[in-house]
Amino acid sequence: MATNDHLRIRDLSVGFKTFQHFEPVLDVWELHIEHGEAYGLVGESGAGKTVLALAILGLLRQPPARVTAAELTLEGEPLLAKSARELRELRGRRISMIFQDPMSALDPAFNVGNQLTEVIHQREGLDKSEAGARALELMRLVELPDPEMMLNKYPHQLSGGQRQRVIIALALACGAQLLIADEPTRNLDVTVQASVLKTIYKLRQELGVSLLFIANNLSLVSTMCDRVGILSKGRIVETGLVRDVVRTPLHPYTLDLLHAVPRREERLGDENQKVFAEVDSTISRCGHYARCDARGPACEGQDVLPLTFVSATHGVACPQVTASLAVYPAAASPTEAREELPTTPAGTGGGD
Amino acid sequence: MADSLLEMTDVKIYFPVRRAIFRRPTQFVKAVDGVTLALEVGDALGLVGESGSGKTTLVNGVTMLERLTSGSIAFQGRELKGLSKREQKHMRRSMQIVFQDPFWSLNPRWLVRDIVGEPARVHDRVRGDKYQNAVVEALEMVGMSRHDLFKYPHEFSGGMRQRIAIARALILRPRLVVLDEPTSAIDVLSQHQILLMLQDLKERLGLTFILVSHDLSVVGYLATKIAVMYCGQVVEYGVTGEVLGQPLHPYTEALLSSVPEIEDEGVDALGSLPGSVASAMDPPSGCRFHPRCEKAMEICTQKEPPKVERDGGHHAYCWLLKPEGNPRHCRAETEKTVGQG
Amino acid sequence: MSGLPATKQAAAPVYLTASRARWRQFRLQWHVLSRNTLQKIAIVYIALLVLVAITAPYIAPHPESIKGTASAEEVLKAPSWHHLFGTDEFGRDIFSRVLYGARISLVASVITVFLSVTIGCIVGVVAAGMRGIIDDIIMRICDIFLSFPMIVLAIVIAAFWGSGLRNAVIALAITGWPFYARLIRGSAVSVRERPYVKAAHSIGASQRSVIFRHILPGSIGPVLTMASLDLGSIVLMLAAMSFLGVGAQPPLPEWGLMINQSRTYFLSAWWYMAFPGIAISLTVLAFNLLGDGLNEVLSPRTRGRA
Repeated sequence: MATNDHLRIRDLSVGFKTFQHFEPVLDVWELHIEHGEAYGLVGESGAGKTVLALAILGLLRQPPARVTAAELTLEGEPLLAKSARELRELRGRRISMIFQDPMSALDPAFNVGNQLTEVIHQREGLDKSEAGARALELMRLVELPDPEMMLNKYPHQLSGGQRQRVIIALALACGAQLLIADEPTRNLDVTVQASVLKTIYKLRQELGVSLLFIANNLSLVSTMCDRVGILSKGRIVETGLVRDVVRTPLHPYTLDLLHAVPRREERLGDENQKVFAEVDSTISRCGHYARCDARGPACEGQDVLPLTFVSATHGVACPQVTASLAVYPAAASPTEAREELPTTPAGTGGGD
Repeated sequence: MADSLLEMTDVKIYFPVRRAIFRRPTQFVKAVDGVTLALEVGDALGLVGESGSGKTTLVNGVTMLERLTSGSIAFQGRELKGLSKREQKHMRRSMQIVFQDPFWSLNPRWLVRDIVGEPARVHDRVRGDKYQNAVVEALEMVGMSRHDLFKYPHEFSGGMRQRIAIARALILRPRLVVLDEPTSAIDVLSQHQILLMLQDLKERLGLTFILVSHDLSVVGYLATKIAVMYCGQVVEYGVTGEVLGQPLHPYTEALLSSVPEIEDEGVDALGSLPGSVASAMDPPSGCRFHPRCEKAMEICTQKEPPKVERDGGHHAYCWLLKPEGNPRHCRAETEKTVGQG
Repeated sequence: MSGLPATKQAAAPVYLTASRARWRQFRLQWHVLSRNTLQKIAIVYIALLVLVAITAPYIAPHPESIKGTASAEEVLKAPSWHHLFGTDEFGRDIFSRVLYGARISLVASVITVFLSVTIGCIVGVVAAGMRGIIDDIIMRICDIFLSFPMIVLAIVIAAFWGSGLRNAVIALAITGWPFYARLIRGSAVSVRERPYVKAAHSIGASQRSVIFRHILPGSIGPVLTMASLDLGSIVLMLAAMSFLGVGAQPPLPEWGLMINQSRTYFLSAWWYMAFPGIAISLTVLAFNLLGDGLNEVLSPRTRGRA
């Protein structure tokens, strides 16, 4: 599987230097995306999702950032070793990003067709009329209504969903095969969101692009993605096939997330609010420590928490879970929320 | 309906579009175009709709932040139109708002103490120790403490800031609390805690809520009744369980099906609507939803649909529900005048 | 490779009084302000200038030079230990006069800016807060004022009322306030749309309370930056007016006036023009740097993520 990976990350660390001290922000143990796959990264605000995207693209200024990794490769090529010029070549051609706020990514002074054509003309070397034709083709691809008319419109004349589609077109303009979508539907209404998500899905089918889909919402990811990684305070605490993670969540944080998602036909139960005890968060490196019900002495300490794989694809970074799994490899786990685990023996090696 | 806390009757709020400085405006943005709803004490009304539906404007009308063009709103039996400034101010004690944006709804230069205490200062002119104690009491109601008195909003996370906003809304023990998208800017885990807290407070203090949201699941949790709005009008109304479980109006159905659920696998489970939200300035003829409706019929383009009631007050405005909604009149292909949104 | 060393976050201290919390805010802002070395130098310079302005009468080596004539034989002497900046055509010590001039320039400039800012801010936020026709009328009045070049208008007013430092200050304040009114109104227009202003309305706060407790503090940022830059410009403008004869009158040791008087002699007595000139330049530069620093500090706080 190693050669099939579009993007491979091992032991990536990102930190920022502030006035007073050095703030570690990301500590990704392992993340890989195969060709044509959609990987969903779920995390709360401030967990580091956007930082990860920027680090992959080489868009973090170092200083004040510091990015180090054992491996950060795009189709086998290490990204951290590349020069600024090489990275510029990469962006758009091989990796592209779709941002949250379409208004800030579009220049309000130029019409949409112009912006698309310009990018194609500059980077692909096509002349203006060929670029224009390709721009039109792209507009059709992202399912914009009336593409010929759209070309002449300015960003402020478009609806939110339409603008987002233009951004997607821009991202695909130079043939990027890996798309990073940073909460692309965050500011959109639900019906428009559904429509844009469907378009992205269709594009994946047609063009075979791989997708890193960043969201703060597990349900978005479960509809769009094949695999998922749960990011908490800069660390991936659980990863696996969407189906596995959603049906048999292992990490307490994932359990909390699933529990907290409002389900449509449910009412709020009679549960009490959690009283979060004042816990010194420096005792443990686990980001969930302060809020965790299951914390224990194994959680203390400053060592990085590795991902332990319980199956070929399903991994979790939690000493409590790993401890119980090691002792009870095939039996049902203690908590009621977990169903019978697959019978592949729990190992402590990183598997791919 | 002696218990009616709030009654809205045919409320219309139009905004004039000024073409020239001295000419009379010819066009209006019909943000709210004939809404009739009633709220009883202890209710929690969920106002659902996408951007442009008019829900925020309607709520601004209720809280006297916008003036009505026509129609009436009566709070605790008193008509809100024509109240003097002093009477208006007095009314405001009993109705408070929690805004959507937990950062900008709190003055970033003020201390938490002053933010939460502002209503007390403005209405009761409380000062000194009494003031501080009132503020501490309000903070404790939302799970915060006196240690948070002298901090600034930016020192807190989004969920905590929203709690501060809620404390501010509750300090004068109002009867009606309007929550404008209270959890949309907050992470899932904090959202859950806030919703639990709101439910608890509602019961303990005997509050009545109006919950404005585009997120049906959040509404589903807290609201007892739901009103779905589209283009300035209510298209469906009923008890939460019924509206979410057996929606009558195609728009409600579309809203429900476009929300991704955890159990869904694959995008096909998501429903979506063609087109974008109808313009409030130039709404479509007949039923405003018809350009985007798969099941639109000839009559839908001509006449506004009537109210069709089911049991228990559950009603919707749709021609499909009427016996005359004859399948023979179904349009084979809805002309998609505005493409996908 | 293990991750980066985890640094211990200081536990958030609990403040028992409002004033201590505000002090902490101030110190944080101060830290941002004085980050840049150049700005630190500027702040030090201004502090020194203020000190000089306060103590001028006491530290000037030749206090009699400030107003009256000194000994006739000391006329136009080059800088020496006895007279650090040399003497002028009346034998007065230029160093003492420059020191005293600091007092004049600073005080006059501060008063002018203070008047402009106060009048401008009140008018501006009222315009933004009241909206509608009041807003329009006020802004048109400002436009009328602003269509004249500021210094020309000031000169005309001063000439009309008679020259003298006091009238120059008033003239500059009159020509200056519309600028601040416009500036703060622009800022206030966006501030008044902010949720916390709407929240204040919904709470029932009076129009006046909303304008002065919410809108004004929220929109004053750009004004403060501009005002600190303005301090420098006003020093320059006062000097210009004195240079032209409509500002300070002799024998006041105002820097601009000194440059005017030095015109006749500057070929032979360079020190006469140089030192007041340098004083003006450094002062204006320092205020400009201060203004830049303030701009950083007062920019809207970055929105924290939830």
